[in-house]
Amino acid sequence: MAHDHKLEIFRGLIKFKSNEAKIWGVFAFLSVVTVIEVALGIIKPEVLTGNRFLAMKLLNWIFIVLTLVKAYYITWDFMHMRDEKKSLRRAVVWTAVFLICYLVIILLIEGDYIFDVYKSGYVKFNF
Amino acid sequence: MEATVAKTGTEEKTWSGGNRPLNASYGKMMMWFFIVSDALTFSGFLASYGFSRFKFIDAWPIADQVFTHFPFLHGVDAPMYYVAFMTFILIFSSVTMVLAVDAGHKMQKNKVIWYLFFTIIGGAIFVGSQAWEWATFIKGDYGAIETKGGKIVQFLNTDGERVAIADFAIELPSTKESHVEGNGVWYMQEDTQTSFTFEEVKAGFLANDNLLVRTQYLDEHGHPTVLSRAESIDKVVNDGKLVVEGANLKHNEYGTPLFADFFFFITGFHGFHVFSGVIFNIIIFFNVIIGTYERRGSYEMVEKVGLYWHFVDLVWVFVFTFFYLV
Repeated sequence: MAHDHKLEIFRGLIKFKSNEAKIWGVFAFLSVVTVIEVALGIIKPEVLTGNRFLAMKLLNWIFIVLTLVKAYYITWDFMHMRDEKKSLRRAVVWTAVFLICYLVIILLIEGDYIFDVYKSGYVKFNF
Repeated sequence: MEATVAKTGTEEKTWSGGNRPLNASYGKMMMWFFIVSDALTFSGFLASYGFSRFKFIDAWPIADQVFTHFPFLHGVDAPMYYVAFMTFILIFSSVTMVLAVDAGHKMQKNKVIWYLFFTIIGGAIFVGSQAWEWATFIKGDYGAIETKGGKIVQFLNTDGERVAIADFAIELPSTKESHVEGNGVWYMQEDTQTSFTFEEVKAGFLANDNLLVRTQYLDEHGHPTVLSRAESIDKVVNDGKLVVEGANLKHNEYGTPLFADFFFFITGFHGFHVFSGVIFNIIIFFNVIIGTYERRGSYEMVEKVGLYWHFVDLVWVFVFTFFYLV
């Protein structure tokens, strides 16, 4: 078996000498991201909770983006997606991403609609 | 022993699976496709959590007011810290797993054994932590009142601090008698009793002028709405129905019962995955020790189980964000 690992992350910005070094590097990066997430979750800066982008708080956008970044590095480096063939990568990632986005968008729009029905309907729900 | 290696006698044949267009062994590819389907199951859970949350967007419990405990630190308000700790444990066990896979590629048996061992320990700590989270959540914290409409009201003092119902409820003389199994023809077990009845909590609330209630509904800053004393009395006396302590699938002192349901189902389903992952790791661990993969000439089984283990970590990253952070 050939063990050729692609050893650069951040689009070639950092290139590690061995696969083991890359694992520790990715771990350090994931830890930093988690620390940022937890710190933001505890501090909750006013600037980020008060302002919205596309109907969602900036803070929540940051959380979601950081989560996707973490998911990318876990899949690409820990699960070795970086070293797999492009066809396998796409069969797995594109399928899941497409279906999940579809499901999430539909359910969230529907949930928001029901919220409006509860809110503006004639039936009182708060008793 | 060779039976599970990718030698099927069909190599280089166009049909019968001889081709490897994805350049991955059968087992690895199937593990990936299993992961895709499992990922869709988890997204189903998380998306329906999002659905319910959007449905009650103005009355959803705030996670860092719910998960405020840390083991051995009683009475210390520590939102998020324990979940953050659990996240680190899981990421770290992912690291040791991928190091085990790496060592397996280099056929370093002893290193694989040690790394797998650390992975198993990490997984066990995580499952234990989750059990502790469940126990704390089920046991409850301050207690609350559920209204006739199924809404939760929680008690505060005038400084805005939470007050436990045990601190102000007045014991009333009760004539309640429990029906015991030996008595009568027909016996039905009664529901679990809360430590105080609604009447006792109500009497205590009315006797303490510095108590207020807050509703589930969030104000424009995202904090639960605190009612004035007069409104609070009106709420408790007219709408109050029963005492809730802790959470189960029907009642939840932290807010809407759906929150507890999703907590149990999502973290429970994830915890079950971690548990099975630990079992797989243990099996692989002993196989490595007795040299199965050494004789097979390939540590690919470690890699396949590793994929599953990383997937569990990946799911936790999302659960952590959508359940605890957002």
